[in-house]
Amino acid sequence: MVELTINGREVVLDRVAPETPLLWVLRDHLELRGTKFGCGMAQCGACTVHLDGRATRSCMLPVGSLAGRSVTTIEGLSSKGDHPLQKAWVEHDVPQCGYCQVGQLMSAAALLAENTSPTDSEVRTAMAGNICRCGTYPRILAAVQSAAEELR
Amino acid sequence: MSTTSSVSRRAFLSGLIGAGGLLLAAPASGGTLRKLLRPADGESFEPSLWLAIQPDGLVRIVTHRSEMGTGIRTTLPMVLADELGADWERVELSQALGDARFGDQNTDGSRSIRQFYEPMRRAGAAARLMLEQAAAAQWGVPTRDCTARDHAVHHSDGRDALPFGELVAAAAALSVPADDALRFRSPSERRYVGKGVPSYDTADIVRGTARFGLDVPAKGALTAVIARPPVVGASVAALNDDDARDVEGVIDVIQLDTPRGAPGFAPLGGVAVVAGDTWSAMQGRAALEIEWGASPHDAFDSAADRDARLESVRQPGVVVRQKGDVNVAFAEAARRVSAEYSVPYLAHASMEPPCALAIVKDGAAEIWAPTQNPQAAQGMVAGALRIAPDRVSIHVTLLGGGFGRKSKPDFVVEAALLSQRMGGRPVRLVWSREDDIRHDYYHAAAAVAFEAGLDAQGELLALRGRTAFPSISSTFSAGVDQGSSGELAQSFSDLPYNVPALQLEVCKAEAHLRIGWLRSVCNIFHAFAAGCFVDELAHARSQDPVQHLLALLGPDRHVDLLAEGVQYGNYGESLDTHPFDVGRIKNVVRLVAQRSGWGGELPRGRGRGVAVARSFVADAAVVVEVDIAKDGKLRIPRVDIAIDCGTVVNPDRVRAQLEGAVIFGLSLALHGEITAENGAVVQSNVHEFKLLRMSEAPLQIHTHLVESSAPPSGVGEPGVPPVAPALLNAVFAAVGQRVRDLPLARHDLSWT
Ligand code: FES
Ligand code: FES
Repeated sequence: MVELTINGREVVLDRVAPETPLLWVLRDHLELRGTKFGCGMAQCGACTVHLDGRATRSCMLPVGSLAGRSVTTIEGLSSKGDHPLQKAWVEHDVPQCGYCQVGQLMSAAALLAENTSPTDSEVRTAMAGNICRCGTYPRILAAVQSAAEELR
Repeated sequence: MSTTSSVSRRAFLSGLIGAGGLLLAAPASGGTLRKLLRPADGESFEPSLWLAIQPDGLVRIVTHRSEMGTGIRTTLPMVLADELGADWERVELSQALGDARFGDQNTDGSRSIRQFYEPMRRAGAAARLMLEQAAAAQWGVPTRDCTARDHAVHHSDGRDALPFGELVAAAAALSVPADDALRFRSPSERRYVGKGVPSYDTADIVRGTARFGLDVPAKGALTAVIARPPVVGASVAALNDDDARDVEGVIDVIQLDTPRGAPGFAPLGGVAVVAGDTWSAMQGRAALEIEWGASPHDAFDSAADRDARLESVRQPGVVVRQKGDVNVAFAEAARRVSAEYSVPYLAHASMEPPCALAIVKDGAAEIWAPTQNPQAAQGMVAGALRIAPDRVSIHVTLLGGGFGRKSKPDFVVEAALLSQRMGGRPVRLVWSREDDIRHDYYHAAAAVAFEAGLDAQGELLALRGRTAFPSISSTFSAGVDQGSSGELAQSFSDLPYNVPALQLEVCKAEAHLRIGWLRSVCNIFHAFAAGCFVDELAHARSQDPVQHLLALLGPDRHVDLLAEGVQYGNYGESLDTHPFDVGRIKNVVRLVAQRSGWGGELPRGRGRGVAVARSFVADAAVVVEVDIAKDGKLRIPRVDIAIDCGTVVNPDRVRAQLEGAVIFGLSLALHGEITAENGAVVQSNVHEFKLLRMSEAPLQIHTHLVESSAPPSGVGEPGVPPVAPALLNAVFAAVGQRVRDLPLARHDLSWT
């Protein structure tokens, strides 16, 4: 049995094998399907969530190791989808297929939570773990910088 | 494009659906659709249906193409809405099921706008006229004084407008206008076309509520993963599933047949593990012990295969285009320039691996899948389950990327078979990334050789090209060992250069993997080789590459490929509407050169490269600038890309596609490589099949759109082909090193 906090709510998992990665707990057991599966080996960033505020790949993170920890997923990033990054993403029409974008947003949100004045090169480095096969990188950069401006 | 092309009156039907909505349908004039809609007996056909207007004014538009990132799900309905005079805020989209009545639904080949721009306009214009007629009748005025816009019909005297919703009942009673009665909005009257609207799904995507293939809820759904044969054509020789069945959560282990012969769209076979959840299924699969039987492809080795292709293009092949006599010209040449280029196999690696949810029971199949081609999925599933196609419903979810992979419905069939075997329980089929990379329909590897003959003054006398690549046809017909005319007509047999003597040949290449099509298909390796060779010629002739390219393209003219023996399909378009126009090709070269700052001096280690390609009846030119440190580390400060795609329908999405094409092209040029040993693909995940990351992406991408009123052409793919050659040409300009075999990352670019 594991007890943890997900999007501000206490969650008790008593029927999940502790080695199950958080990603599949979210998707299969809790039906929080905003977080995506892309590679399963912490290489693509599609499954990024916040673990105690830090951007973390959920696809290799055994849920049994998360007792007492706090997880935020895209469903908990903002109450109405109005995080400055979400607004900037709409304004710049960032997504193409959209599949990677939740992970991109979660990585960007963790970055801006620490640094609201990142340089372009800091953004590029911080976002290097999130692959976008559609190639939305230029717009991600522009949208992160717009959101950063709003947050300053 | 003609705006008066035949719209059969019978093709329009009006009637009521739901709560008394007005329903209209418009067929396309294009080949496939016309065939589908033209009734055998003249009367008894069902039309395709695009539009419903509800009494509350809500406009519902059916979007029948698959959304995989191009924005097409937004753009085609936007065209209809604009012609109708609807307010986009009051438009709701419904995604069509796979259904032949919609005409072609295979979202592939950069042709959604090409095929459906006109039908969408006609559907909108016909509905608008009926609403205007309904208003005119109500007011007792001539229809010509009535105009639909902003979701209402207005009268020229300024009286209170009649909202669409209030006109629904009256309009539904009218007969559908003949096509010669239709009037289309002039560009100045358009509210959306040429300007764009916000992409329909963006708000859901950023909230995480958009539904991709794995996101469809289903009560009691099981999850399946499949261990597929590592070599195409191998079947299970022996299986021990004891440990797999012992994994907690695993419910069943099911063996699947491996088809013989050409793989086609059929599943590969293997062993499926079905479980209550994804992780258990994956654990179960890891515990399988499988011995695979022999396959005719067991000895396949991609390195030897590459050498064989290069050897193949050193020998004469079958001539596919001929102008003048190259042998005579070569005999006269004072100097020859030659080069061989090689491009490896590539995987699609869309961020969402293939997946599907299937419920097969009571002789019917209900399936949700991120498919580019729902009708092919419907047909294949029906065949595999031995039920009629109309018993198969294919719901198209959003696609987390497609790039051609998801045109092939093998994965949809797998899900259907498993649900059937599980007695009709919903089965969610998950492909891992490893499954995706190891069991793709690969983009063909290729060898391309060019040789040019120059006279003593450096004038170009002759050009000979040879290409060898495993054909897509081999996927459908075993043993095919030569590219088809359609594949050759992708930046090879259709080379636009003005050379006195030209000979192009296709040489043999065997296929041992499933060969598919990847964004821009054979243009990738053909445009790479041609684009690099033209640059090599520029340097050999001591000319500026842009000036040389323009000169080599020759006078503005329409190229007549048929006269030189080429079977040229022009991507399915008529040469009257979409001519092979060298003037337009040169124009994008000039545009990109001018906007990129071409010609300015750069220090050693920095350089610019240019390339151009015509594909999918669009012209695209690229300038890449590179900055290579002494230790060989490459940065890309800037890429400029220009396109002439005819009428630009949704400019921001065109720009987005070009940005994406630049990243896609750079990714394949820098990193893309699939290899195989003993018949099996070596790479497994994105640490081995690398994709371009943000940290490597160009610092700036500038997109340039040619303003045009010509009929629209393709957009999704044409940006890709010129990117790789422009990059490699830039590398040469920067450090003087010619890289002719991809990927670039395998080469040391250090300099002193
Ligand atoms: S799915 Fe977790 S990083 Fe790719
Ligand atoms: S938007 Fe498609 S993978 Fe990023």
